[in-house]
Amino acid sequence: MKVAVSSQGRTLDSQVDPRFGRAAYFLLVETETLEFTAIENAGGQGGAGIAAGKIVIDAGAQAVLTGNCGPNAERTLRAGNVRLFTDVTGTVAEAVERFKNGTLVEASGPNVQSHAGTGN
Amino acid sequence: MILTIASGKGGTGKTTLATNLARVASRAGRVVRYLDCDVEEPNGHLFLRPTVLERRVVTVEIPRVDSTRCTGCGLCGRICQYHAIVPINRQALVFDRLCHSCGGCWRVCPADAITPEPMTIGELEIGRSDDVDVVTGRLRIGFAATPAMIRGVKEHIGPEGLTILDAPPGTSCPVVASLRGADFVLLTTEPTPFGLHDLTLAVELVRELGIPFAAAINRDGIGDDRVDRYCSSEGIEILLRLPDDRRIAEAYSAGRMAVDALPEYEGLFRELAETIESRSTGAVSTKGETD
Repeated sequence: MKVAVSSQGRTLDSQVDPRFGRAAYFLLVETETLEFTAIENAGGQGGAGIAAGKIVIDAGAQAVLTGNCGPNAERTLRAGNVRLFTDVTGTVAEAVERFKNGTLVEASGPNVQSHAGTGN
Repeated sequence: MILTIASGKGGTGKTTLATNLARVASRAGRVVRYLDCDVEEPNGHLFLRPTVLERRVVTVEIPRVDSTRCTGCGLCGRICQYHAIVPINRQALVFDRLCHSCGGCWRVCPADAITPEPMTIGELEIGRSDDVDVVTGRLRIGFAATPAMIRGVKEHIGPEGLTILDAPPGTSCPVVASLRGADFVLLTTEPTPFGLHDLTLAVELVRELGIPFAAAINRDGIGDDRVDRYCSSEGIEILLRLPDDRRIAEAYSAGRMAVDALPEYEGLFRELAETIESRSTGAVSTKGETD
């Protein structure tokens, strides 16, 4: 299956970006083969979490692995039937590995407030 | 006449000037309205202490989606610049509080699946303080539609007499919403580097909007003379210098207006009111107008 990981860089060695909506990249990883593509997250003025949610839904991700996810992004992902895993740290490869062996705990809701990733 | 009292920097005396002016102009026999446009934290009522006669809600229109008609075409999501409506899995998800009520989504929807419905964003208190009509706008906590709320307050601009708009601080959209349509703007500042810095931003904004304006210096006597030098080099008239008088601050902290607690200041404010009313007839010249 395809998972989207918020990432600070373009490779599997990159660190997981703690921000979902304001992540630098999303790495779309095929969990069986570890084939991946990097999608740059353009961001924008407002509603970054919603826009990011839409990007990963449209890319066909079935789960999101990230650090923090706010209420708007969480609602968007839920509408798209995308599973959400928050508080994920380490490299993208490590995150995917933990997802595969079932040691990540699925989020029951948002784990931060809106705008948590903007530094305000 | 519509007078907006604004400032770049917060805490430079917008409400002090606006409430004292309202009181003094009313005592001089003018029909006066005071509109508190600082809808995120209105405080003019603390000084004017109006008797509230009426309460009204202010609403904006937000989209309601009929999911049985939605075809999932995605046009609504494409026109929305704020991600307030997002089509996912053939249903349009609406984020009420991100909506700026532009109406784009219900206009482009080819399936007529979207209709506007009102959402309350805040309350208005309409009252009276002696002879001054007082309108206070209060945006609901957690809502961001500040300019829309300010437009709701401005619907109560008087058809005659003097309407004083007490603007929020800064130079962003809520301030622009408070300035639009004004006949004259008074920019309050204090003679400090911070006061000067934010005054220059406010001056740029008011010039962009093309409204005649002048400056007022509050807490005159502190800081340095750079605000004076700036105003003189830019051809900005300083219509009031309110001294740094501890008694004004003490009265303020007790919710009292300077002109009530310290009658010796009444003359200063009366003169200011008269000057502004005479300027509204168009005799103001600033560099910004000639540029």
